[in-house]
Amino acid sequence: MADKSIVGRTGKPFKMPIEWSKVREFARAIKDPNPLYLDPEAAKKELGGIPVPVTFLQTSAFWTDESSSPGFGGFDLRRILHGEQEFELLKPIFVGDVLTGVSKIADVMEKEGGRGGKMTLLVSETEYTNQRGEKVAIARSTLIETGQAVKA
Amino acid sequence: MAKKLKFDSVNVGDEIPRFVVEGVTRPDFVRYAGASGDFVPLHYDQTFVEAAGIPTVFAQGMFTAGLLSKALTDWAGIGNVRNFKVRFATRVWPGDLVACTGKVTGKREQNGEKIVEGELIVSNQKGEAAIRGSFRAAAA
Repeated sequence: MADKSIVGRTGKPFKMPIEWSKVREFARAIKDPNPLYLDPEAAKKELGGIPVPVTFLQTSAFWTDESSSPGFGGFDLRRILHGEQEFELLKPIFVGDVLTGVSKIADVMEKEGGRGGKMTLLVSETEYTNQRGEKVAIARSTLIETGQAVKA
Repeated sequence: MAKKLKFDSVNVGDEIPRFVVEGVTRPDFVRYAGASGDFVPLHYDQTFVEAAGIPTVFAQGMFTAGLLSKALTDWAGIGNVRNFKVRFATRVWPGDLVACTGKVTGKREQNGEKIVEGELIVSNQKGEAAIRGSFRAAAA
């Protein structure tokens, strides 16, 4: 059921303020004790602000809801696997920035799979702009819907 | 001045120093769930996973990818990664060893920036790949 008609569909823009406590918590969760995430003075001196980890935009989950999702048109979320994830980091993101994200369905493809039978691949893209209107990042996610529930 | 790779002293084939976690734990997955907002129950709810026919909880792919990103930024410097891409292969289970590394496959100039690019890999104690990926990072 690769429904191509949903390609290009977008969600409502969402705001994502970049907060230091969230950055610290995330850095700790990925076992990265780098002082640039933990020591604002050191970070400002070296980079001009407190940076965010490479995969930090995953925390957009805290700022999105159903209206900001482009909608997964009939995808069965119980059979979904996260296949790939990509971040294009175009400009620095610092604590204090307020990003605006817009998610869209970039592609839908069908593929013969292994363990789970026929698979449908869905590529979604979220583009992030900062408070100065600069495009700072694109997060690209490939979800796989398997033909049947995948066992371990 | 921020840490940056020196373009002229990076060579194709150079390896990213390995970052190894000897055994990832359920609390690691719970901490990542809380930090990231990914509350898919497959990663912390034993009752849920057993009902789904899976023996126990397993790591969020993006938790493991986060460990890999730390290996990359320890080497390339925070603020220099331009592209980071991961493909999830094998699941990571509690107690698994997670070894993150990568190597340089190319060097070039792009949009006036010196860019180092390469591949990334996370493997477990059996040598199976949990993640395969790629990166581009700015150098000086």
